[in-house]
Amino acid sequence: MMSGKEIEVVQNIFDENDRIASAINESLDKRGIFVINIMGAPGAGKTSSIINMVKGLPEEKIYVIEGDIESDIDTVKLKELGIETIQINTNGACHLDAPTIEKSLLELTINQPGILFIENIGNLVCPAEFQIGEHIKMLICSAAEGSDKPYKYPLAFEKANVILLTKCDLKEYVDFNDEFFLRGVRALNKSVPVFEVNAKTGTGFEEVSQWLRNKKN
Amino acid sequence: MHEYPITEQIVKIASEKAKENNARRVTRITLVVGEYSGFIGESIQMYFDIISKGTLCEGAVLEMENVKAKWRCPSCGIDYIRKPLSFACPQCGQDGEPTTIGKEFYVKNLEVET
Repeated sequence: MMSGKEIEVVQNIFDENDRIASAINESLDKRGIFVINIMGAPGAGKTSSIINMVKGLPEEKIYVIEGDIESDIDTVKLKELGIETIQINTNGACHLDAPTIEKSLLELTINQPGILFIENIGNLVCPAEFQIGEHIKMLICSAAEGSDKPYKYPLAFEKANVILLTKCDLKEYVDFNDEFFLRGVRALNKSVPVFEVNAKTGTGFEEVSQWLRNKKN
Repeated sequence: MHEYPITEQIVKIASEKAKENNARRVTRITLVVGEYSGFIGESIQMYFDIISKGTLCEGAVLEMENVKAKWRCPSCGIDYIRKPLSFACPQCGQDGEPTTIGKEFYVKNLEVET
C-alpha cells in the first residue's frame, strides 16, 4: 500500500554554491591572492574603475576575470594594457556563480601573489546573492544612475564591503542628492567606506588604491 | 536562465532526502523564498518541470512560502515592512536596519510516497 509522509529538510539552496566559493577563497588565499568581486549596473564604470585601480597598484601582480553576457570588448581593453585577463561569457546568465569561477580559474595562470579582480555581470540584483570566492565585494555605482539606488537595490548596498561612487563630475547635471544617497547607504551598511571617484580623470582613485593596500595586508 | 542552476539544486536536495527515506517518489516540495532571495516562483516551477523529469521528483507539486523583507528599528525594536524609497520606522521615523527576514531561500520539507 502507498502511504504519504512528510520529511523535514530545511536546507539552504545556496549551500553548494557557498561551499565551492569557500574552497576557491581558501585555495587562492593560500597562494597570496586577494579576490575582489566587482558588482555594479551596466555602464556604471566597472572596467574603467579596474583600470584606474590597477594603475594605482603598480607593486601588485594583477589578474582579472571578466564576466560578460557576450563579447570580449572589456577583455581586449585590459589585455592591451598588459593585464592578465580571462573572459567568461555567460550566454545570457545574469550573474557569476562559484562553479563558473572554479572552472575559469583552471585557465588562469597564477604564478605569483597579487590581486584578482572578478568583474561580475552588469546587474544590481543577483550578483549580490552569489558568493564567488571573494575576500571583498566592491560595489560600483555611478552618480548618473541616481541617488535612489540604495533604496531600490538594498541587498547590493548591504553586502558591499566598499562602494565607489563613479562619474562624480556628473553630479550637478543629474541632480544627485548626496544626503538621500548616503542616508540610504548608512541605513543598510553602517561602516562601508564610500569613495567618490571619476574614472576619466582618475580623481579619487589614489585613496581607493591605498584602502585596498591596507585591506589586503 | 537565472533560476535554472538553482532549480537543479532543489531537485538534487529533494531527491537525496527522498532516497535517504526510502521514498518511491516525491509528491510535494515546499520552498521558503524571501523577497530578497532574488528568485521568482513561476520561473522555478517552469524549470522544475523540465529538470525533474526522470527523477524521484517528477510530477511533484512545488509550493512556495513567500516572505516579505523586514527592517528592524534600533529604537522601538519593532520589525516592519518598509515603504518604497525609505527605510524609516513607521513609529518613530528613524531608519531601521536590515534583518535576515526576507533573505530566506531553502527547502523546508517534502511530502513523499513510500
